[in-house]
Amino acid sequence: MTASDNIAAAERRGRVITAALLAPSTLWFLLLLLLPLAVVVVFSFGERHPAGGYQAGFTFENYLNLPARWAAFRNTLVLAPIGTAICLLAAYPLAYWLAVKVGPQRRLLLLVLVIVPFWTSFLIRTYAWIFILGGRGIPAVIEWLGFGDVRLINTPFAVLVGIVYGYLPLMVFPIFVSLERLDKRLLEASHDLGAPPLRTFLQVTLPLSAPGVITGSMLVFILLMGEYLIPALLGGGKVFFIGNALVDLFLQSRNWPYGSAVAVALVLLMLVTVTLYLRATRRPGSRDVSLI
Amino acid sequence: MDRKDFMHQLWRWKRGSISRRQFLGTTGLGLATATLATAMPQLAGRRQLHAQELGDRVSLTTWPNYHDPENFTAFTEATGVNVEVSVFGSNEEMLAKLQAGGTGWDVFVPTNYTITTYVDLDLIEPLDLAMLPNFDASAYESRFTDAGSVNGTVYAVPKNWGTTGFVVNTANVTHEMTTWKQFWDLSMTDYSGRTMVHDYQLTTIGNALKYFGYSFNSVDPNELAEAEKLLLDVKPHLFAINSDYQPSMRNGDAWMSVAWTGDGKQLNRDIPEIIYVLGKEGGELWSDFFAVPKGAPHRAAGYALINYLLDPAVNAREVLAHGYPSADTRTNELLPAELLSDPILYPAADLLSALEFGAAATLTDPLRAEVMARFKSA
Repeated sequence: MTASDNIAAAERRGRVITAALLAPSTLWFLLLLLLPLAVVVVFSFGERHPAGGYQAGFTFENYLNLPARWAAFRNTLVLAPIGTAICLLAAYPLAYWLAVKVGPQRRLLLLVLVIVPFWTSFLIRTYAWIFILGGRGIPAVIEWLGFGDVRLINTPFAVLVGIVYGYLPLMVFPIFVSLERLDKRLLEASHDLGAPPLRTFLQVTLPLSAPGVITGSMLVFILLMGEYLIPALLGGGKVFFIGNALVDLFLQSRNWPYGSAVAVALVLLMLVTVTLYLRATRRPGSRDVSLI
Repeated sequence: MDRKDFMHQLWRWKRGSISRRQFLGTTGLGLATATLATAMPQLAGRRQLHAQELGDRVSLTTWPNYHDPENFTAFTEATGVNVEVSVFGSNEEMLAKLQAGGTGWDVFVPTNYTITTYVDLDLIEPLDLAMLPNFDASAYESRFTDAGSVNGTVYAVPKNWGTTGFVVNTANVTHEMTTWKQFWDLSMTDYSGRTMVHDYQLTTIGNALKYFGYSFNSVDPNELAEAEKLLLDVKPHLFAINSDYQPSMRNGDAWMSVAWTGDGKQLNRDIPEIIYVLGKEGGELWSDFFAVPKGAPHRAAGYALINYLLDPAVNAREVLAHGYPSADTRTNELLPAELLSDPILYPAADLLSALEFGAAATLTDPLRAEVMARFKSA
C-alpha cells in the first residue's frame, strides 16, 4: 500500500462522513421545502374542485387573477418596508448604546431584558395590544387630554405598532453583535486624526456595522412579508397582508389553486426584493461577515 | 405545537375566547397536572370505572359563546372525559379543515345548509341513534330537524336554532333601526367606523343582498355584483370584519354589528341599551346540528357528549346560558315562561316569515367565496 492509496482512502472516508452529516439536513430540505414547493407550483396551474379544494387541470387563470389581490400585495409591500425601517431606526441607537456605552455588568441584564418578551407567547402579547389600542385604551387617554376622538385599533397604524413591537428584538441583536465586535481602537484612531464624533460615526462605525444592519433588516423584512397574525389581530380584517389573503383562500374560499398561485407570487416577489436589496447593500470587495 | 394546532389556537384567540385547556396550557398547570397524573390517577379527573370506556378526552368544534362551561365541567366529573373546545367563525372554515383531513375532531356543530355537502363528500358518518338515547325526533318541530337527515338517514341531530339580524347600541345609535337598508346606509354615514360584519360569506353577502331585496341565498352573478359593490363601498366605514363581535360591542368600540340570536340575547341581558333587530326585508333563519366526522378519534366519547348535551335538563341550562332557542319541546318545558316569550329568541311571526334557511349552493359556490375574499382583501 502506497502513501497515495492511504490519502485516497482517507479522502473517501472524509467524503462519507461529510455525506452522513449532511444527510439529515438534505432530507429535511427536500421533504419539507422543495417537495411542498413543487406541490404548490403544480396546484397553482390546477382548478378549484366544485366543492372547494383542488382538481387537476392546466390553466393560467389563477395567475391572471392575481390583480384581484393587489390590495393585499400593496399593503404588504408598503407596510413591511416601513415596519423594517422603523425597527431599524429604533433598534440602532439601542444596540449602539448596549454595545458601546453600557458597562459589561449591566449589559448582560439589559440584553436579557430585550429577550424577556419572547418568554410569553407572541399571540398573547399581540392580543394585549387589542386592548391597549382599543377604545378604552390609549384613545380614551387621548380623549381625556382633550385631543378628540381618535381611532387606533384596526388601522394600518395599529398594525405598524404591532410589527415594531414584535420584531424589534430581532433587529437589535444582529446590530448589537456587529457593533460589539467593532475594534474600539479604530474609533480612537479616527478621533486622533481629528474627526468629529459624527464623522467618526458615519465613516467608521456605520460601515463596520453594516453587516448587522443588513442581516437584521433581512430577518425582519422576510418575516414581515409573510406576516399573518398581526394584521389579523390588530387590523380587524381591514388591513390585509398577503399572508391573510392566503389563509382566506385556503380556509374560507377553499380555492387551493388560486391560493397556490398567490403563494408562488409571494415567493417570487420575495426572491426579487431580497436579491435587489443584497445587490444594493453588498459592496464589492468588502468582507462579508453577514449572518446570511 | 404543529401547524394545525397553531391555527386552531390562533382562531380561538382571534375570536376572543380562552378555553380552560388553553389557560392550563399557557400557565403550565395543564402539563404539571398531566405529569403528576401518571403517578396520581385521581388528578386526571374523576372517572366512574363502571362506565363505558370513553377515554380521557373529546374534541368539540363549535361557535363562539355557544355553551354553558359548567355543563362541560359536570360532564367531565361524570365521565372522566375532558372536553376540548375549538371555536370557529364560519361553516366554510369548518369544511376547509375537514376537507384537508386530520382534524382530530370528535363532534362538530354544522349549520343546516352544509349537511348535504358533508354527506356528498363523505366527511360525516350516519349517526348511530342507539348511542343517543336522549334524542327523540318526535320532540322537535320538523323544520328544525329535516336538514339533519339526507335520504332518510340521520347524519346530524339538532342543537339550537336562531336568526341572523343585527345588534344596535341605542346609547349611540339614535335612529330607530328596522331594516337592512338602514343598517348599510347608516354604516356609511352617521355611524361610520362603528359597524362590524361577520367574517362569513353567508351572512355578510346574504344581508348585503337583502339591501337590494334579493334572496339571502342568491348565487346570481348580477345580484352578487351589486352586493359586492355595496360591500366595497361600506368597507372603509367598517370598524372590523369579525365573527366575534361581542368584545367590541361591549367595550363601546362598535355600535352596530351583524349578529346571531344568542349574541343579541347575551349582549341585551348584560347591556340593556343593546337591542337585537331583524331586518324587515328578511335574512337568515337557521338551525345548528351536532355531527360526528368520519374517523373521529374519540368516537364513543363524542356520542356520549352529544347525548349528554341533548339531555333536556342539560340543554335547558345551555339555553339559559347562551340565549339561543331550542326546538326540543322537552327542554322548553323546563325553561322559564319569560324566556319562551322573549322577542329576541322568538321574533314576531311577520318578521320570522320573511326569513330564509341558508341554501346548500352558497357553501360551495365559487363566486360567493370569491366575492367575500375580494371584499376582505380590498
